[in-house]
Amino acid sequence: MFDYLKQQPLMLVGGGIVLTIAFLAVFAPWLAPYDPTNINVRDILMPPSWQHWCGTDTLGRDVFSRMLYGARISLAVGFVAVGLAIAIGVVLGAMAGYMGGRMDTWIMRSTDMVLCFPTFFLILAVIAFLEPSIWNIMIVIGLTSWMGVTRLVRAEFLSLRNREFVQAAESLGVSPLRLIWKYLLPNAMGPIMVSAVLGIAGAVLVESGLSFLGLGVQPPDPSWGNILTEGKDNIQLAWWLSLYPGLAILITVLGYNLLGEGLRDIFDPKLKS
Amino acid sequence: MRSYALKRLAGMLPLLLGITMISFAMMHLAPGEPAVTGQEFNPKVSSQDIERLRSYYGLDKPLYEQYWNWLKRLAILDFGESFSSDHRPVLDKVLERLPVTLWINVLAIMVIFLVAIPIGVMSAVKQDSWFDRAMTVFVFIGFAIPSFWLGLLLMMSLGVNMNWLPISGIHDYSWQQMGFWEQQLDFFKHLILPVFVSAIGGLAGMSRFMRTGMLEVIRADYITTARAMGVPENTIRYRLALKNAILPIITLLGLSIPGLIGGSVIVEYLFSLPGMGRLFYEAILARDYTVVMGVTVIGAVLTLIGNLMADLAYAWADPRIRQGQA
Repeated sequence: MFDYLKQQPLMLVGGGIVLTIAFLAVFAPWLAPYDPTNINVRDILMPPSWQHWCGTDTLGRDVFSRMLYGARISLAVGFVAVGLAIAIGVVLGAMAGYMGGRMDTWIMRSTDMVLCFPTFFLILAVIAFLEPSIWNIMIVIGLTSWMGVTRLVRAEFLSLRNREFVQAAESLGVSPLRLIWKYLLPNAMGPIMVSAVLGIAGAVLVESGLSFLGLGVQPPDPSWGNILTEGKDNIQLAWWLSLYPGLAILITVLGYNLLGEGLRDIFDPKLKS
Repeated sequence: MRSYALKRLAGMLPLLLGITMISFAMMHLAPGEPAVTGQEFNPKVSSQDIERLRSYYGLDKPLYEQYWNWLKRLAILDFGESFSSDHRPVLDKVLERLPVTLWINVLAIMVIFLVAIPIGVMSAVKQDSWFDRAMTVFVFIGFAIPSFWLGLLLMMSLGVNMNWLPISGIHDYSWQQMGFWEQQLDFFKHLILPVFVSAIGGLAGMSRFMRTGMLEVIRADYITTARAMGVPENTIRYRLALKNAILPIITLLGLSIPGLIGGSVIVEYLFSLPGMGRLFYEAILARDYTVVMGVTVIGAVLTLIGNLMADLAYAWADPRIRQGQA
């Protein structure tokens, strides 16, 4: 295992980034040098300095502290949304792949239909009918990103069902639920994990996009996306408002992508290119 | 070919129906009376608007009847009237905004195609060269970079600091005084940044897939045979291998359309472009529900059309598909 990891330096980098960001997010209250919502009218739009590592925003709040708290929100949204998507995807995919027949047709047809919508349109439309809040965003991103997992779990189940160990278990009279839970699902876990890790990267991007549009995390709660909105509004005055939060998104997403790609190579060496 | 096209077209009908169902369900997502609950106190939505919404969707009737009536109106392209003070039909509003969005997305697809394929082929042919490594880094960054952030950085550097490119709108202030060709030039100059920003994600993905596809094809038996027969290496690469490696790209292009259309909301917001995405965004802020619904349905239909075109292109390029063998 360790020899293998040595051959995967990019995956180690990705894992390192993921752990570092997670650490920063979890311990944000202890690490942040300032209160992220503390308004300070005397220090408006200060460029980066030793006092404020990433400068201050239009209300004099410390951007670095806001970014630390923003990491919490981004990761929370990513984890909950992906958890929801995986749960839906596994249940639907398992039903389609295990039962086959008409159930399979119905589930896959519905999946195709949802895939027709530009996901971002779908998310925005739902947000328009509900209110933008952090919980709604988690749920909406989760509800609009299960399709890939469904297809993947179905495909895995279809191929696993014909394997000897599954057929042996089936002929011994193992109940369907137990068969799915003990025989099929554990063997499909690898690809599911890969798509979960890559899914978190996607969810972080979507959340930051929504918050950038002002339809995601609402101020005064900090999020990388809504700091960037301020950056856009002050593009001629404050480059630091645009540079650092975007860099944080880039690095986080890059970390999860590298980790996901590395995991994929481990679980499916055939795909390694 | 024609029978294949007809078959695909017929296959679209259930999808179309499904799209309307999902959209309709979305309307009723809000608890209680759809989309109206709580709006009595919303200053952005007047009581006349609520009445109009009620009458357009026939909210006093049972659900299946509401859906059926809405479907009948959609069939004749009646998307209702906008809530905003101009009360114009939703369809008119969308159609006048559509060209900008189509321009950006079509140009973005062209850029993706024209740039990603050579990059992918070069990376595969010179596998593990410095070019291949540099492109791998580019691909990973291209995947991870938030497009709006890239847009912001480009606006800041090329637009604000260097003043090379315009950063908002589609026309210069002096548009009216320009000659015809100057106007075209001005239009395209305004599109450079938006098109680049829209294309970046697809560019990364597509060149990656092109590389993988090319590597796979180059290992195929028929290529080894060609090599053994002494066919020149360049003929093998660019005539024999490339043709088969390009096939999956066509499908992928079709699959990337929803992302592009969805992304137009952010790109148009960022560059203040009067396109469909911006219309959608403004409608959401103003709680202009008929426009939101109309754009959602139209966006999905556009995706469907894009997929159909990709399918047809695939069938055109691959005889096995149109003869129903694969």
